This record gives sequence, structure tokens and C-alpha cells, in this order.
Amino acid sequence: MWADFSLHHAWLIPLLPALAFAIISFFLLRSPWLAARLAIAAMGTAFLIALGVVWAVGSKGITVEAPFVMKTVWFSMPGLVASMGVLVDPIAAMMLFVVSLISLLVLIYSTGYMTGDPGYARFFAFMSLFAASMLAMVIATNFLQMFVFWELVGLCSYLLIGWYFFKISAREAAKKAFMTTRIGDFGILLGILFLQIAFGTLDFGELAVKVPAYVQQNGVALLTCVALLLFAGPIAKSGQFPLHVWLPDAMEGPTPVSALIHAATMVVAGVYLVARAFAIFSVLPGAMTVIAWLGCFTALFAAAIALTQREIKRILAFSTISQLGYMMLALGVGSLTASMFHLMTHAFFKALLFLGAGSILHALHDKADIFEMGGLRKSMPATCAMMGIAVLAIAGIPPFAGFFSKDEILVAAAHVSTPLYIGASFTAFLTAFYMARLFLVAFFGEENPHNHAHESGLAMLAPMGVLAVFSIIAGIVPFTMGFGDWVRFGPAHHAGIDWGIASASTLIALAGFGLAWAIYGNGARRSDAIVKQVGVLYSLSLNKFYIDEIYQWFNRNIVTGLARVLYWVDLNVVDGIVDGAAQKSGAVGNILRRFQTGQTQHYAALMLMATVMMTLILAITAGAVAGGGKI
Amino acid sequence: MIGLSHYLLVGAALFGLGLFGLLTKRNLIAVLMSIELMLNSVNINLVAFSRFSATDAAAGQVFSLFIIAVAAAEVAVGLALAYAIYRGRDTVSVDEMNWLKW
Amino acid sequence: MSFPVLSTILFAPIAGAAAITFLPTTAGSTIKKVSAASMGISFLLSLMVFFGYNWQTGGMQFVETLTWLPEMGASYSLGVDGLSAPMILLTALIGFAGVFASWRVDERPKEFFILFLLLVAGVAGTFVARDLFLFLLCYEVVVIPIYIMIILWGSSKRVTKEYAAMKLTIYLLLGSAFLLAGILMLYLNAYPAGARTFSMEALAKAASSGALSPEFQKFAFFFVMLGFGSLLSMWPFHSWSPDGYAGAPTAVSMVHAGVLKKIGGYGLIRIGLLMLPLGFKFWAPLIAAFGVANVAYAAFIALVQKDMKYVVGYSSVSHMGYVLIGIAAADVIGINGAVANMFAHGVMSALFFAMIGHIYHATHTRHIPDLGGLAHQMPRATVGFFLAGMASLGLPGLISFVPEFTIFVGSFKAFPLFAVLAIAGIILTALYVLRVLADVLFGPRRSEWDGVHDLHGADWVPLVVLGAFLIGFGFFPSLLMDVVNSGIEPLTPLLVKIKTAATLWGGL
Repeated sequence: MWADFSLHHAWLIPLLPALAFAIISFFLLRSPWLAARLAIAAMGTAFLIALGVVWAVGSKGITVEAPFVMKTVWFSMPGLVASMGVLVDPIAAMMLFVVSLISLLVLIYSTGYMTGDPGYARFFAFMSLFAASMLAMVIATNFLQMFVFWELVGLCSYLLIGWYFFKISAREAAKKAFMTTRIGDFGILLGILFLQIAFGTLDFGELAVKVPAYVQQNGVALLTCVALLLFAGPIAKSGQFPLHVWLPDAMEGPTPVSALIHAATMVVAGVYLVARAFAIFSVLPGAMTVIAWLGCFTALFAAAIALTQREIKRILAFSTISQLGYMMLALGVGSLTASMFHLMTHAFFKALLFLGAGSILHALHDKADIFEMGGLRKSMPATCAMMGIAVLAIAGIPPFAGFFSKDEILVAAAHVSTPLYIGASFTAFLTAFYMARLFLVAFFGEENPHNHAHESGLAMLAPMGVLAVFSIIAGIVPFTMGFGDWVRFGPAHHAGIDWGIASASTLIALAGFGLAWAIYGNGARRSDAIVKQVGVLYSLSLNKFYIDEIYQWFNRNIVTGLARVLYWVDLNVVDGIVDGAAQKSGAVGNILRRFQTGQTQHYAALMLMATVMMTLILAITAGAVAGGGKI
Repeated sequence: MIGLSHYLLVGAALFGLGLFGLLTKRNLIAVLMSIELMLNSVNINLVAFSRFSATDAAAGQVFSLFIIAVAAAEVAVGLALAYAIYRGRDTVSVDEMNWLKW
Repeated sequence: MSFPVLSTILFAPIAGAAAITFLPTTAGSTIKKVSAASMGISFLLSLMVFFGYNWQTGGMQFVETLTWLPEMGASYSLGVDGLSAPMILLTALIGFAGVFASWRVDERPKEFFILFLLLVAGVAGTFVARDLFLFLLCYEVVVIPIYIMIILWGSSKRVTKEYAAMKLTIYLLLGSAFLLAGILMLYLNAYPAGARTFSMEALAKAASSGALSPEFQKFAFFFVMLGFGSLLSMWPFHSWSPDGYAGAPTAVSMVHAGVLKKIGGYGLIRIGLLMLPLGFKFWAPLIAAFGVANVAYAAFIALVQKDMKYVVGYSSVSHMGYVLIGIAAADVIGINGAVANMFAHGVMSALFFAMIGHIYHATHTRHIPDLGGLAHQMPRATVGFFLAGMASLGLPGLISFVPEFTIFVGSFKAFPLFAVLAIAGIILTALYVLRVLADVLFGPRRSEWDGVHDLHGADWVPLVVLGAFLIGFGFFPSLLMDVVNSGIEPLTPLLVKIKTAATLWGGL
């Protein structure tokens, strides 16, 4: 009953938060208490409907091959029909569940975290819109709809990253996020256009049929280019190298925003897009290879940067980039299941990590450097415990959630290519190390006497508790319940645990923990000596391999330089010609005005001469006039 | 026998005199008088033509009556202007009246 | 004969202007109320026309015809089809918003509003005219008020307002001279003496009947292209536009960028494409190339502007590039997009100029480095500015996304390379828009702006009215696209003919 209703009213899932946004922004900006309740109520209802949808998917046998689709025409003209609709299949249902749950929890958390902010009501409006855009993107039936909400997700991230708009850094970070993703949008738009023109449709279902047929006939060369263009969007949105630069800066937003961006919305949009369009990507081996290697490289690269960062949220940001690399890697090696599984588990533990970080920042009044924290274990025991769970989950220690999903990725990678497997495993080692570093440095060791930390309130701890539970069970429960039977592409895939890989990865994670303990354990700071030995590598990592600087240089010198040149051209060449023409006209006038003496008699003489001349001409040509009337 | 050509000759002579005066006289009043001469020469032509060659004898004469009326109006305006200029600028010399240029 | 809706739209502002002439100069608020009332009538009726237009049947509707100058074949005939219905709505909408954006004009209000109403009436006339003679007449009516308004109520920044007014007017007049030459050629050649007519429908039939040789069409189209191109600020005839907007008072910038420019695009389709199809085919690649130049070149320049109005001025040049490309694609989808984009850009740039006008009124500066953090003091103006900015960079959910997307789809087939370059323009657009938004609205609070007024009273009207269209047509694009399409879809046979016609002299 509920399942049936939910399935047929799945459009309510994004619509409810969107309505909450509209109502809050039009009527409730001055009543924060009501605004927050409304946003949570809308989100909660959406979550219930999402649960119903999940139930319906399970009970009605909706599969990836036979999704539930409703659509309506958005606008149309001859040769171009754009529709909006709802597509529910297990992948979308899983996403709906994860996104709405995490959004709901983050909203509840925000009631505590944002207390006292002058824009409290507006914050809930924006968060609702953010979630609504993401939810609408998840149920998109075609590329255009996806792109529309994809952009709206980007808009909301812009608004929320720049939440503290009075800070220059936040303002610039928001701009950067928008700009970087715009570059990706350029690619994705080109890809979409090509698909529209080549296939006359953007519908996922129709494309899934037409693309493989096209490949069989015409080969993969052209479509590989198109797929790579499409992939530019996910590169930017999901923070893949080299367009990852916005993601760490996005930490300028309030922590709940970071949690939402990193766990449920925004960044996973890119992964989801590839998954949604997997029918296209999977038939293009070239594109798949690129995705796999780029994912692997990003995972490794970001983990290498995370090793040396000092701000708690930045570490988490790079860890997100790294984990997104994992998801891309999984997609690239052809395992949609592993990617989506990791997306889900990652959403829970990363949201937990961020909310935990937010709890710390809240307590320490935005002191973000982990080396200034120290000994928070005593003052914030609950936060410490839950962060511990999250760290274990992300490091991939059984039986926490991350273990199962990471294991699936490693298995899939090992099937395809050993270098990829090694890269992924090494990343796992680094991940364990830097997460343990964060945890040890922040929570253990000497207490910093300047900090007067205190445990956060229930509004913040309760959502964290829920997430902690999910961080524990979100791996093993789906795993045993046959996640891969539902969320898959192609034939169902029953991966048992590959004990060799599983034990290896567990050992690797433990090794990472061990190394971290060796360096940072017991409040020790043995890192300085190591830093001295590998100075160059350290500063490369600390400065994020200078990617930002390269972009800045490019923007300042190339883009702005070209703009200045063109402006000069406009002022001096284009306008120069215009003004020159005006000047020349003026000069001619200056000569001609000499005939205008002001002496009436000169004019009269001129008239006389002209009359005489005309008479003469007429007299000479009189014959012709008389002859035929033609001169 | 005095024919059309005699009238035309008188007219032409009068016109030439008027034109000469118009172009050479420095005194504004004299210029206006020259214009009157030219208008009258035209009147002579019109009346002569209407007398000797037109089928509708009245047309030319009506036309010259119009010209006389216009000439009177023109003299009135012209003299008023001349007087105003004289009062304002203390001159009736057309050489000095070149401030309407550019 | 039914109620003459279009004539009322056209003459309501004129009647308002006439009424204002009888008011004393000092009656500022009465003058404004009369203006608002007369524009309000126009606006309501144009809403009626737009939403009452039956797009399923299409064709010319709300037709009115009176004989006027039968010897020349000119008549007073009005009507709207899918192409002009959005344009007349846009004109009345922006005229209405413009009156309220000028609510704080206290210097010679009488003359200001008389001229403004005449300006709007002239623009409206060009869009509802079904007769080229009437079209030209209305077009010429438009130019003079603008000149006077810039000189009297404008502002001098990088260039003096006199220079700006002069440049703009001379460009428009020069354009109209070319246009006149082109149209006269068309008029004289389309039909033999005695049967000549200025009727647009009749002239559009002349080409297909073979009366106009391909060479003639090519020649005449060149003139039409120059005329409408310079009106549309086609590169390299664009430089009047930023200077002119910067010099003009707010309402004139709104009307000019919002609708007057669109006469260029409208004319390129209505006259260029329909009456001289083969000429169109010959010159289309050049138009597309110029369009790309518009998009990229102006977007780059907008990046380094220091005056807000210059940013929007160059941005409007840049957006017109999309329109040009869409038209040049000679494809139903592309032209649909171009027409819709004209509407979208009109609403968006009018809102932009209204907000800039307000900020300028409050802070007395438009110099971006002097501004900053205005979101603290002017949250309402921030919303408007932000909406306009987001629409400018083509955010889905706002009005300009669907038209731009449609243009891209349409032009990608005809000019793949140009289309890619034009799409790259979205990156540059985002760059300059975000820069302006960030530098003007966000950042630390500046105490010097603490006392300034946010939007209040009449200032709300432009934001609410334009914002409603910005969002409404953004979420429900079919409201706009269906009407536009009803005007463009009938062109399909013509466009097919253009596509299949032999290229003239090797083409461009």
C-alpha cells in the first residue's frame, strides 16, 4: 500500500523539500524555528516515501532491466523533445534512500550546529533545495533532466559554500567550486548535444538500446570521445584529478554543508551520472580504461595530499576525493555494484566524520588545526567514540561498512589489472594512516589547555549516532542481503568474500594504523624528523602539488591577459575605426563648411552660377531630351 | 510694332540690373530694392506672356498680382529685419552680416 | 470587428504620453502614476495576447488592417504570430518594469516619461507591424527619444554621455540607412510597378515565386544584414552597445538591451530569412562566425571591466552571439532557440539593469572595486542581482537555459566548430558573472554603505515582475517554447528549401 503509493508518487521526494525551500524563502525567513521544523518535516516525509520506494523495488521486482518509469513532456519542438520524469530502479532507489536519509540527519544536526546564525531560516531553505535538486537528479529519466538538476546542485553548493559570504575566502571558494564544475559542464553539455543529435534522444532507456547497436555498426572511436566529454562533468563534480581543486576549498562552508556535499549530494552526483549512463560507458573500453586509471590515480594522489594536511576538514576533503577515486575506479573496471556499494557506505561514514568534525569545531569555536586540538577524548567522549567507528569504517576494518565495499572494489580491480589493484591497495594503506593520524592527534595525547571543549548537544549527537549505526551495519547487512542482486549492471554478481584480498587489505589497513601509532601514538610528534628527510615530497604534498597555483597562474596570466588584450583591441581597433570614421567625417565637414561664409551674396552668386550651369547643360542636351526623353 | 520680345528684353534688362545690385550692393536696403527689381522683371514677363501667348489670358496676371502681394510682404519683413539689425548691430552693410554661418 | 487589442497596446503609451503633456511639470508623482497606468494597460493586454495566442493553430492572430497609403501599397496592419507574440509581451513587460525602475527620476520627470512612453510605443510597433512601412516608421520613432534621454538623464563614466548618445544614435541611424536601402530594393524588385506592396506576407511570397533572383537576394541581404546586425550589436558593429548602456539612464538601458536590440534578431528572421532566403543562405556562415566572435570576444572583455554596466553591456553583446548563431543555423530548432533566447535575454538583462540602477542610485557608484558586501545592506537587491546573474550564465530552472540549449542543439548540426566555441562561452560567462556577483554582493561588510536603502516601494515591481518570468518560464519552458515554435515550425519547408538550394557562387 505505502510502497505502491510511494512508487507512483516518487516525484514527491524531490518536490517536498523544494516546496519547503519555496515556502521558507517566501514566508518564513523571519521565523527560524518554524523554518527548521518545516524543512525537517518535508525531508522526513520524503525519506518515508523513499523508504516506500525501496520497499516497492524489493517487493515488485523492479530491476535494472525493468525500471519503473513515468515521464511527461517538458518542452518540445520538431526534432527535440525534452521530458521530465521519474525513473526508479534499484540504483535510484538506493540513492534515494541514502540521500534522503543523510539529508534528514544533516538537517536535524544543523538545528544544533547553526544555532545563532543570523541566516538560520535561509540555511534550511538552501539545504532543502540542495537535497531536492540531488533527489530530482537521482530520479532523472534522461540526460537533460539530469543536467538541469546537476546544475541546480551546483548552484546550491555555490550558495552554501559561500554561506559565510562576508569572508573573502568563502566567497572565493564558492566561486571556485562553481567555475571548476562549469568547466566540466562544458564537456558534459557537448556530450549531451552529441547524443541528442546522433541518437535523437537523451532518454537513458532508449540510449541503452541504441548505443550498443551504434557501436556494433560504427565502432567505438567517436563515441569514446563523446563518453570522455560526458565524463568531464563527473571529473569536475566528483573532484577527480585535475579538477579536484574546488573540493578542499569548499570546506569554507558550514560543516553540515560539507557533510551533505561530501556524503549525499554534489560529489556523488558525478559517480551517479557515470553509473546511470553505464550502458554507454560499458561498451566503450577506451573510456572505461580512462575512468579506471583516472580514478586510481585520483585516489592515490588525494591520499598523498591528505597525509600532510593539518586542518581537520581539509584532511576529510582529500579523503573524499580519494574515496571518490575508488568509486570511479570501480566503475572503470566494470563493477557498478562495487561502486554503488562504496558510494553508500562512504556516504554514511563520511557524513559521520564530517558531523564529528563539526562537533569538534563547534566545541572549539572553529579552531581547525588538528595539532591544536589534542586530548579531546576526555572532553568529548561520545564524539570520540563515533569518530572512532567512522575511522575504522573508512580504513576498511572488518566488520565495519567500509570493509565490504572496499573489498568488492579491490576484487573487481584485481580481476582487471594488477597495477590498479596495487594502486588501490596502497591507497588503502595511506587512508588508514592519515585517518589514524587525524584520530590520534585530535583525540589522544595531551589536552590543549587553551581549549575548553565540551560535548555537543543531543540535536547533534543523535544524528551522529544513527550514522554510527549505519557505518557499522551498512556493509554487512546489504552484503548478506544480496546488494549485488539488485544494484548491478549486467548479470547479477555474487561476489563472496575473496579471502586472500580481504585479509591482505585488512593487514594493509592495520599496517597503516600501526605506522600512524608509531609516529603519532601517545601524543608523540615524531613526524618532524621524517619531514626533514623527505622535505621535497612533504612540501609537494602540503602544497597539494601546486595544482592550485598552476590554475591561478593560468587564470591570471592567460585568461585575464587575453581579456586585457581583447579589451585593448576593442577600444583601440574596433572603436578606433569607429572614432576614426567619425573624425574623418568631421574633417570633411571642416572643409565643406568653408563654403558656408555667412555672406548672403555669396550664396546668391552660387545659386546664379548653378542656375547658369544647369541651363547650359539643359541647352547642350536639349537635343537628346527632345529626342527620347532620356539623358 | 512693339512685340513680345521687347517686353522680354525690358524684363531681362531689369532682371540683370536687379541681379547685379543683389550681388554687388553692400547696403541692405539697396539689396532689398534690387530684389524688388527682379520680382518686377518677373512680373513684366508674366504679364507679357499672358498677353501675347497664353490661351487663358488671366492666369499670368493673377500670378503677378500674387507676386506683388508677396513682394510687399517680403519688403515689410525685410525692412523690419533691416531695422532690427540696424538697431542691434548698428549696421546695414551685408558684408558685416555673416554671423549665421557654421 | 473585434476589440483592437494590438492597437490598444500600441497606443496606450502614446495616450499616456499625450495625457502627461497636459500635466504640470511639478506633478512628478501624478506623471509617474499616469505612465504606470498606461504601461499597465499595455502589459495586461500583451499578457492577454501572449497567453491568448492559440499556438495550436498558429499563424497571424489578433489581426487588424486599415488602408493607409494605397498608392504605395502601405497599410496599417497589425498582427502577432509565434515570432512576435513573445516580443510584444517582452516589450510591454520591460516597459512596465522600466516605469517603476524610473520611479526615482526627479529631474524633469515630465519629459522623461513622455519620451519613455513614446520609445516603448515605437518598439512595440515594430513587433506588431505586418507592414514594412509601418515597421520602418516605428523603428525611426524609437531612435530619437533614446538620444535625448541619454543626453539629459544619462551619466558620464568612461566616456561622456554625449559621446555615448551620439555613438549609439549614429550607429542606429546608419544601420537603419542600410536597412532602408535593403528594404527599398526588396520593395522595388519584388513586384512590378503598380502591384508593389509593403505587406510582409506578400513580400515573403515574392522570393518563393521566383521574382527575386539569387544574385539580387544576396545583394539585398547584405544591406539587411548590416542594418539588423548593427542593431543586434553583431561583431564588429557592437561597440555602441556597452558605451550606450553605460551612458543611458536605467530604464533606457532596460528597454534598449531588453527589447530594442531584439528588433535586430526579429528582423533578421522576419525580413532577412523569410523574404530573402537565398541571400540568407549565402551570408549565414558569416553571421555564424560573427556570432561566435560576439560570444567569445565580448565575454572575454566583460571579464576585465570595472563598471557594472559595462559588464552587462558586453555580456549582452555576448548573448546576442548565441542568437546570431541560432538564426544562422537555419534550422527549426536553432531558430526556436534564438527567438526564445531573445526573450530570455530581454528579461534577464532588464532585471540586471534595474538592479544596477538601484545600486547606483543608492551608492552613487558603479565602479566594481568600490563596491562589495552589498548583500549585508541590500539583501533584496542581492536577490534580484543574483537571479539575473544566474540567468545570464544559463542556469537551468531559469529562463535562459532552455533557449541556449536549444540553440546549441540547432547549431551543432550546421556549424559544429562554431557551436563548440560558442558552448565554451558558457565557461567565460560564468567567470565574469561570478566575478561581478562576488565583488559587488559578497565579501566583508563595508561601513560606507550602511545607510543605503534596499529595494522598497516601487523598486519591488521590476524585481517581482521580471523575476516571475525568469523563474516561471525557466521551470515551464513550454509556455514560451510552444508559442515560439508555432511561429517557427511553419518555416520548415522554407528551411528545407534553403538547405537544399544550390550554393551561390561557391558560398562563403
